[in-house]
This record gives sequence, structure tokens and C-alpha cells, in this order.
Amino acid sequence: MKARSADKLATAIIWAGALIVIAVLASIIGYILFNGGKSISWDFLTKPAQVIHSGGGIGPQIFNSFYLLALSMLITIPVGLLGGIYLAEYARPSKLTGGLRLCIETLNSLPSIVIGLFGLLVFVNMTGWGYTLMSGALALTVINLPLIVRYTEEALQSVPASLREASLALGASHWQTIVKVVLPGAFPGLVSGFIITSGRVFGEAAALLFTAGMSSPALDFSQWNIFNSSSPLNPFRPAETLAVHIWKVNTEGLIPDLRRVADGSAAVLILIVLGFNLLARWLGHRIYRHMTAT
Amino acid sequence: MSDSKISVKKLHLFYKDFQALNGIDIEVRPQHITALIGPSGCGKSTFLRSLNRMNDLIEGVRIEGTILLEGSDIYSSAVDMVALRKRVGMVFQRPNPFLMSVYDNVAYGPRIHGEKNKRKLDEIVETSLRGAALWDEVRDRLHKSALGLSGGQQQRVCIARLLAVQPDVLLMDEPSSALDPKSTMKIEELIRDLKQRYTIIIVTHNMQQAARISDTTAFFLNGTLVECNETELIFTKPGDQRTEDYITGRFG
Amino acid sequence: MKITSDTTGRVLSTGAALVTILLTLAIIVFIATKGLSTFIINGVPVKDFLFSTNWFPDRPLEEGGPQVGVLAFMLGSIIVSLLAVLVSAPLSVACAVFIREIAPFWGQRVLQPAIEILAGIPSVVYGYIGLSLLVPFIREHLGGLGFSVLAGFLVLSVMILPTIVSMSVDSLRALPQEWKEAAYALGSTRWQTIRIVLLPAARSGIITGVVLGLARAFGEALAVQMVIGNTRKIPGSILDPVITLTSAITMDMGNTPMGSLWSNSLWSMGLLLLFISCLFILVVRFVVQRSEMSQ
Repeated sequence: MKARSADKLATAIIWAGALIVIAVLASIIGYILFNGGKSISWDFLTKPAQVIHSGGGIGPQIFNSFYLLALSMLITIPVGLLGGIYLAEYARPSKLTGGLRLCIETLNSLPSIVIGLFGLLVFVNMTGWGYTLMSGALALTVINLPLIVRYTEEALQSVPASLREASLALGASHWQTIVKVVLPGAFPGLVSGFIITSGRVFGEAAALLFTAGMSSPALDFSQWNIFNSSSPLNPFRPAETLAVHIWKVNTEGLIPDLRRVADGSAAVLILIVLGFNLLARWLGHRIYRHMTAT
Repeated sequence: MSDSKISVKKLHLFYKDFQALNGIDIEVRPQHITALIGPSGCGKSTFLRSLNRMNDLIEGVRIEGTILLEGSDIYSSAVDMVALRKRVGMVFQRPNPFLMSVYDNVAYGPRIHGEKNKRKLDEIVETSLRGAALWDEVRDRLHKSALGLSGGQQQRVCIARLLAVQPDVLLMDEPSSALDPKSTMKIEELIRDLKQRYTIIIVTHNMQQAARISDTTAFFLNGTLVECNETELIFTKPGDQRTEDYITGRFG
Repeated sequence: MKITSDTTGRVLSTGAALVTILLTLAIIVFIATKGLSTFIINGVPVKDFLFSTNWFPDRPLEEGGPQVGVLAFMLGSIIVSLLAVLVSAPLSVACAVFIREIAPFWGQRVLQPAIEILAGIPSVVYGYIGLSLLVPFIREHLGGLGFSVLAGFLVLSVMILPTIVSMSVDSLRALPQEWKEAAYALGSTRWQTIRIVLLPAARSGIITGVVLGLARAFGEALAVQMVIGNTRKIPGSILDPVITLTSAITMDMGNTPMGSLWSNSLWSMGLLLLFISCLFILVVRFVVQRSEMSQ
């Protein structure tokens, strides 16, 4: 019968679609790890990059990526957490709430190159800082913020209403209930949300090209005075991140060992990003188990 | 047992490690209404859903024993599930019309079974809606969403949708439990009507309903069939103490 | 004491909400102000900017003066992202159906994690893969330079796949189980159930996913810029190189003096991107609203 053969055909096509996607993923990951694995060495991970000569590493780029992420999270987490609390706990259907949701949606779907342009205009030019880590961190904040707000709202809403009511019934104020009952209850969700966000912005490049810049000055890792311009911790120095480095090497690279650096950098970036994702799952799971004592 | 429509022998059903049905034996007569009663969780719905193999949709369900529909085993590997479900149709607890117009809901079955002729479809839709005692109420809004109807009307759309595929057996899983009393009466009237042409098995948690509409009543408890007999006998002279406890309300 | 901490909490979280709103407004205002200067300060007519392909941002006056028509960039963006959606949408819906209806076991244990990994891969890495795998492959087997429309939309189609899949899976999951049961109980085959009952009912979620995917493809900069060759011409075939709004901004923003016509027109392209991404949000809202009304 026709219906039955249509059913078989459709099933076969859908299976084929699923297999194609698996094959694409496998070849992407396989290619990156196979080629990149050969380039990764201790030297590669720690040495500074070269502009013309071969033999460069990606040490400062890795450091910059993490430092930039930390700076940006330092700004985003308090604001995003409070914004999420507002939506989950205080928001009534009102113009402000509707406006806030629309803004979050807007921020979330802005192309990151546009966020980069905004960063260039405000955090680089108007502040007069030039290309700096701080400008980059602020631009990343724009990308982070809607994600953190959303993850926070979701995590808070997953806390059972009965816990809230129990706390309120004991005479606790709304804010005390939020701080003492709701936030701890939402902790696993919050932590995995933050880490997933970190993973996403760790690979961000387009928003950083014109904010944190595409160059990295020579860093002196024994100089810990953050006001010194060669100190790695100085937030007002330009900083090329790992993701930006991958873009730059691939499109404008002049070094003879370009393939090696490109392959290795992509592999390192992928491993770190996958690490973030795994960590988020594992940690969320573990904290949950720890809290429920199972 | 040649006069049985459905004949169930030693039916066991397991859900993972849990045994939901334990050795059910029952004969279902044609053109009769058989009511399945019992406390919730007793297995009556599960039993009903094994008659058109709806349980196959649930992962981890395993079945032993035989169910014969007019003498042939519906669980044999040669059985075509699609053809089986076309013969043994089902009405669910909550009305579940598709997100389509009334017309498309009723025409759904004939269409998937290959009917393309517009005039034929019109005819089937009208007959089925009349059969479900709904035609007069919806004839002017056939092409509007079925989800805009009242709960009772939606349930009758579902019954019409079922009649349109011309089944033999109608399985009804508490078809009026989500409806108000007035719609319930209408549905009951309809079910009594349908008895002329169909074999009907209905699960109900409402004993008055079972007493009002059915010819035979089967009482389930903890996955076993305690007793199955003429409805009148069950409600006047139950053969088992547990049945009596249940119908007199001395039971949880 | 209680009252003060409660008030502080409320004020702080409302403040954070306001900061978020102000930030969004600031982005729109700043990009708009800067982006409009091409028309206000340089006096380029909007019509010429949008509908001309003449792109000579630094042509000296004696040769006819500069001209900034971005039609080629815009068409490039539209072509590449539409083709990406055309490839990705059917594949994504197939994946979603696979996960929810065909093989939940394999779907949830293999395909869904795989798609989550795809979602986590940074866009520069997609660009790098495109550049080092896809471009050479196209050059050797299909001809041309390899840097092409084809490479661009293939890279994008994989990138936006997770967006469409996850929205589709969510909306299939939200359907009442009873519909599926009712369809099977009427003797439908699995495919009939999926095609006639489930997919139409999940339509609005799937459309939302596709629009979000399109928006993502349209706004993606680096992954595209790395593989499309960036030739300022409307492509004649999918093997020709092409340029998009985002890739033009990426390449030229760092090399043009602020305040020049060239730089201003790049800002105008940024404004155009902002405008289009807002448009996508409106489309999504419209789709969602309409489906809520019909239920």
C-alpha cells in the first residue's frame, strides 16, 4: 500500500538526515583534533606568537582569553543575576517587564559584529581608552548579559513554589526568601548557566576585533603590578584572544608555519569550549547531588 | 467461543519490572457494551489500551498471553498495526481534536486511508457527524477550528472522527470524565445509540454510568480481573466480596 | 531592618532591569546616530546607498567622486543566508523528528548531544574548517577558487542547525501526547501522524526556529568572511566569490579613518544589520502571537 511505503521512505530519509549531521560533526571534531593534536606541545601552549617567523605559540592568547572572560563575567554576573531576579521574582505584567523582555530578545539576537561596532564607538573611542582588555570585556558583557539574565530566570523559576511559601510562612521577607532559599535552591542551575555562557563567549571573536584589538604587546609574566603596561593583568592594554588569533592567522597570517598554528589553535579552542560544556554538566549534576544528599 | 468479538486469554502485561496486568481472561460479545470498572491504578485503562496495541507506543512495555479479535491473534508478528487500529478505534479521556477544522478532523481518517474524492469525503463527514449526534450543532462552522467547540462537542468530534474510519470495535477510555453532566448525558445517549452497529468497551470510574449504559461489567482490582458478568447481576448480586465492597463504596 | 533589606533588594534588581533596557537603547541610539551620518553629513541619498552597486568609497573627485552603493553586499548577505536556511531547515526538522518520534533512544543519546556540541563550536572554528576543508574541496572537485557562495552557505547551514533543531524539538515536545495517540488510534502510519498532525501543529515553533536561524546566518561575520572570497560583485553562480554586509565591515572597519565617507558607510551597514535583526524579532513575535491566538 502507498501509505506504508511512504512511511518507510520517510523513515529512511530522516535516518539519513540524522546520520549526515552525526557525520558532519564527527568529521569536524575529528579533523580538528587529528590535525591540531600534532601541533600541541608545551612550547606551543606557553610561548608568545610570532608575526613573521615560525615557531610561535599561543601562550598570551590563551591567557588573554581567560582574563577577558573573567573581567567580563565580573561585570555581567551581578547585573545579570539581579536582572534575572527581577524577572523571576518581582516582575508583574507591566510596560517595564515587557520592555525588558523585548530588550533581552533584541540583545540576544544582535549580530556580534554590531556589538563590536558599538564597543568601538563607546568603549574604545568615547572613553579614549583605545583597544583595551576593558573595552573588550565591556563588549562581551553586552553578549553575556541576556544569556545570564535568561539562565538566572530559568534557574529561579525551577525552584519549587512550596519552598518559597514555607519561607514566607515563617515570617521571612521576600528578599530574605530570595537570598536564603531561592538562590541556594537555584545554585546548580545558575552555575551551569554561567559556565555555558562562559563557553559561548570564550569563542567570541567578531565583537573583539575592534574592542580588545588584534595585537598583544609583549607580556612580562613576572610583572604583577596591574598599572604597569607590560603586566599581563593590566586591563588597559590591547589583547588578542585565542579566537581572534585563529581568525587573524587564517586570514592575514604571514608566518611560514601558518597551518601548524591555525590547526593547533583551533584544537585548543575547541578543547577548552568542550571542557566548559562538560564542566557545566558535571558540576550542575554534582552540586545537585550534594545538595539533595543522594 | 465463536460468538465472541474479542477473546483475551491469560494476558499479563509488564511495565519494566512492574506487573500491571496479571492473567486476564475475558470474552467480549459483539454489539454489546462492556464496561470496565475498578479503582484508579487497577489496570483497566492499561487493559483497554492493549486491545488496539496503544501500549506499544510506551517504552518498556512487555506483553504475554493472547488477544484474539474474531479468532486471530492481534499480537502475532504478521499483524499490520495500522489495519488493526483502523478496526479497533479509540476515544480518549480528554477530548483531543487535532489543531484543524472540524471538517479536517473528521476527514482525517478517510484521507490517510486514501480517500481523495471531495464529494465522498463530504458525505463521510456528514454521516459521521450525524452518527455522533453533532451535525446540527456544527454544520455552519465545519471549516472553523475544532478547538473552538465546547468540551462535550470536542469529544463528539473525536467520536465522529473515529466513526469516519468505519471501525468494528470502539474502545472508550473514560470518555466523559472531563465533561460536565449535561455533555455526559449526551455522550451516554450517543454510546447507547452506537451499540447497534459497534462493539463497545468503555472504561469508567463512574459506577452509575456503567450501570446506566453497559450490558456486561468487568471489575478490575490490582491488575486482576475479579469478576465479569451481566451488568445487572454485578450491581445486584455480585459474586465476589471485593466487588460488593467496591460498588457499595466501602473501598478506597 | 527587614524592610530596608527588602527595599534594597527590590531597588537593586529593578536597577539591573533598567540598566539592561538602557544598554539596549544606547546601542540602538549610538549605532543609529553614527550610521545615519552617511546620509546626513555626507548627503548620500538613501536610495543610492541601498539600491546601487557602485562601490567606490575612495574614488578621487576628478574621476567622478566617491560612491557608496551597498546593493552587492546586501544581496550577498541575503543569498548566502537564505541558501543556508534552505539547506539547514529540512535537515534540522528531520533531526528534530528523529529525536522526538523516530528513534528517541538514539536521538537522545547520540544526536542531541552531537547537536549541543555543534552549538558550542565557536564561529571562527567553523570559518577555519570551511577554509581548510571545504574551500580546497570545492576548488579541486567543483572548480573555481573554492572561496564561494557555496562554501559560505554550507558553513552557515551547519552553524544554524542547532538553533532550528532545538526550537523544533521544543515545539514537538510541547504537543499533547493525546494527538499522537489519537492519530495512531485512527490507523495512521507514523509518517502520516508526523506529517499531517504533529508538524502542522508544531509549525509556529519550527518557523520561529527557522527565522532565528536566518537571523543568525544573516548576522554572522567571521565564519562567512573567511570562506566567501569577498569580491565586491554580485555572484553569477554558487561557485563565484561573494561579499556580505558583515564581511565588508569586518575587513574594512580597521583600515578606514573614522569620519570618512568610507567609514561612515560601514557604520550605515551596521545600522542596516541592526535594523534587519530587529525586523527578525518582530517576525518571531508575530508568528508566536498568531499561534497563541489560534489556540
